[in-house]
Amino acid sequence: MIAGIENVFGIHESALKIREARQSILANNLANVDTPNYQAQDLDFATALDALSSVDTEALSVSDRNHIAEDVMSFDSEISFRSPTQASLDGNTVDADREKAEFSKNALSHQATLTFMNHQIRTMLMAIRGE
Amino acid sequence: MSNFNVFDVAGSGMSAQQIRLNTTASNIANADSVSSSEGKTYRAREPVFAAMLTDSENEFSDPQAQLPGVSVLGIVERGTPLRAEYKPDHPQADKDGYIHLPNVNIMEEMANMISASRSYQTNADVMNTAKTLMQKTMMLGE
Repeated sequence: MIAGIENVFGIHESALKIREARQSILANNLANVDTPNYQAQDLDFATALDALSSVDTEALSVSDRNHIAEDVMSFDSEISFRSPTQASLDGNTVDADREKAEFSKNALSHQATLTFMNHQIRTMLMAIRGE
Repeated sequence: MSNFNVFDVAGSGMSAQQIRLNTTASNIANADSVSSSEGKTYRAREPVFAAMLTDSENEFSDPQAQLPGVSVLGIVERGTPLRAEYKPDHPQADKDGYIHLPNVNIMEEMANMISASRSYQTNADVMNTAKTLMQKTMMLGE
């Protein structure tokens, strides 16, 4: 079940990172609900998880300010624009209700991930203490 | 940590909506501000929103600043024509007997006010959810 102590959380660690990133993106959509020409963005969880698990853990070293740091946390290449359900006059593609629903869904999944992690910690503690 | 970004984003949204609410309040308050010349008449104001762009100078120093939220570019006066009414016995009537009224449309302002307050609420909710989730993350293992 658990490979080693350094990998206690398994997939939940990656999942939590993606949930947090997606939360920021959806918050940005909701903040820009009245901004003209703003294009709503989103992060596909499955693609981001695939990208995160295929990332090489050996990070490139950044020794000069002109070096581009490998930013695993930003999920830049996985962010895509949402296709609008209804065109709006000012070019804004944010559908507030849809974004709110997605935000709640994401928050709930975020909470679920945290619960999984909490239980994992409790299981480990139980094993360590031998209760 | 990327989660701190949510507070910045929602905060910028809240402050932008607050400015919008302020201009609406100013417009409604001045809806009946009569004047004797067109130049002195109050004109309806509205803020211009824009999505903030990443500063290319800071891109390397702060890779987390990817989604910075909303900014208010400025406040513009509405271009619709002012209203003129023929009221020769009004104390502020000009020499032709006209008074000048602002181009404020109360219905439009009320709709604007409700929209701003809803958006403000949404941003506050986002902040609250982010706060709860962050607290839960910090309480992991307790």
